[in-house]
Amino acid sequence: MDALNQFFAIYGSLVNFMGINALLALSLYLTLSAGQLSLGSAAFAAIGGYTAGILTMKFGVPFLLSIAAGSIFSGMVGLVIGLPVLRLRGVFLAIATLSFGEVVRIVVLNLDITGGAQGLVGIPNFTTTWGIYLTLAVAGYGIARLRHSRAGWCFESIREDETAASAMGINTTYYKTLAFTLGAILAGLAGGLYAHLNYIITPREFGFSFAVDLLIYNIVGGIRIWYGPVLGAFLLTALPEILRGTGVAAGPMRMAANGLILLLVILFLPNGLVSIFTRNRKPPAGISPVSVAEEV
Amino acid sequence: MLLQVKDVTRTFGGVRALDGVSLDVEKGGVHGLIGPNGAGKTTLINVLSGITAPSSGTVMLDGIAVHGLPAHRLAAMGVARTFQNIRLFPAMTCLENVMAGQYLVASRPFFPRLFCLPSARRQEKEYREQAMQCLQRAGIEARAGFPAKALSYGERRRLEIARALASRPRLLLLDEPVAGMRQKGVQQVGSLIQSLAEEGMTILLIEHNMTFVMGLCSRITVLNFGRTLTTGNPEQVSHHPEVVEAYLGVNHA
Repeated sequence: MDALNQFFAIYGSLVNFMGINALLALSLYLTLSAGQLSLGSAAFAAIGGYTAGILTMKFGVPFLLSIAAGSIFSGMVGLVIGLPVLRLRGVFLAIATLSFGEVVRIVVLNLDITGGAQGLVGIPNFTTTWGIYLTLAVAGYGIARLRHSRAGWCFESIREDETAASAMGINTTYYKTLAFTLGAILAGLAGGLYAHLNYIITPREFGFSFAVDLLIYNIVGGIRIWYGPVLGAFLLTALPEILRGTGVAAGPMRMAANGLILLLVILFLPNGLVSIFTRNRKPPAGISPVSVAEEV
Repeated sequence: MLLQVKDVTRTFGGVRALDGVSLDVEKGGVHGLIGPNGAGKTTLINVLSGITAPSSGTVMLDGIAVHGLPAHRLAAMGVARTFQNIRLFPAMTCLENVMAGQYLVASRPFFPRLFCLPSARRQEKEYREQAMQCLQRAGIEARAGFPAKALSYGERRRLEIARALASRPRLLLLDEPVAGMRQKGVQQVGSLIQSLAEEGMTILLIEHNMTFVMGLCSRITVLNFGRTLTTGNPEQVSHHPEVVEAYLGVNHA
């Protein structure tokens, strides 16, 4: 028990950030699972975080209510943004969502209520470790089960071939917007948790580099199955600490190690870390059960 | 008449891919669509399935105007199709491809699945059996667990037909269903199409394999340069002077 307490005293905040980053990676995974490359997750986290933070600090709204409000508001923005930008495909969509992220950053930088460049300071610390991991467990389970529902099949079909999906009867606009909005809701929720964990949030944290980090978590972990992004977020968030433990000094060396790991994963595990667990299944012979369709 | 196409035009820039095409497809028959390359056959299938909208003209499905509707609306009205350049879901297994194709007939509600209720399990078992039946009809049930990208060319064509069957369509549009297939496969797909038509499904197919078309289709429409040359039974069409000219050139006519 003592050892556990000591571990948490040292690594408690790392464990919390691993959970938050995993939630944000999952939010992007929802959008990616419908084949839509979005760089907007960080901005939705900012919307959720600022909304929740402002509600608790300035209006005295209870914690749970304010993070729910932040999440819903983020989802509403996602719906409004999603409808026009999801007409774009591939890299064009990425650029559109990226500029949306910049717009959000500049807006919170210039509004009074968000505290400008200084950020929102003194948000009460309500988020607990078990709260984060409970949310993560529920979100992960929900997303895993969603795969077997009608929407899950649609996301998968659209990702594989949008034209074929529409010829099968799938309203691709509807389901792409659904995936994008669900992602925004989850990102907003994670943002709210983050705001009440960190005491302070600033516009800088939700910029371009964080949006790219979230994408990297997905790619390193693997986007074929829901636990890929969680794994990626855990590993890459903890990696600086692990490297510190092995004696790699801070600074450029650690960045290089990060980059090297990313490169190795992309070269040798193109489907992400999850392929370590799936690759050993025997190749199809007759009717092999390597298939989601076999479950439920 | 299940399908009535009247004066359909489709232009791409200055090119008139379809230039006033008219044709009627009878309910429950196999209707062939032939013509030289570039005649506009695939464009017509794209218009009929809602992938591209016609520039002008009308398409009536069972008496309802459907031209310009998006693909998913047409699919919901019972139009399924395959693609000339095969559009499968490559990372899914064959069985999953067909199960994805059940979209219009499988409700798959979220909450029973969220709580793993027995009703969801039963339902999914039923869907899986139905999907297996589609694979069986297409003759590729042995490939059920293989990813679609691992299939041979002919198997992919059959899988695409199986996926189209999964939505139980009224009208099935097949764009070159036996292209690149070996003789045995051609015969199997031919008898599959025949049996589907006997069950009351209407089939409109494009194919360059003339023995296949002549043996299977009750009516054939010939397109050339975006226009309808003629429509008739195989006998009439194969002796039509303009058809012979379009295929072989004027000296042979």
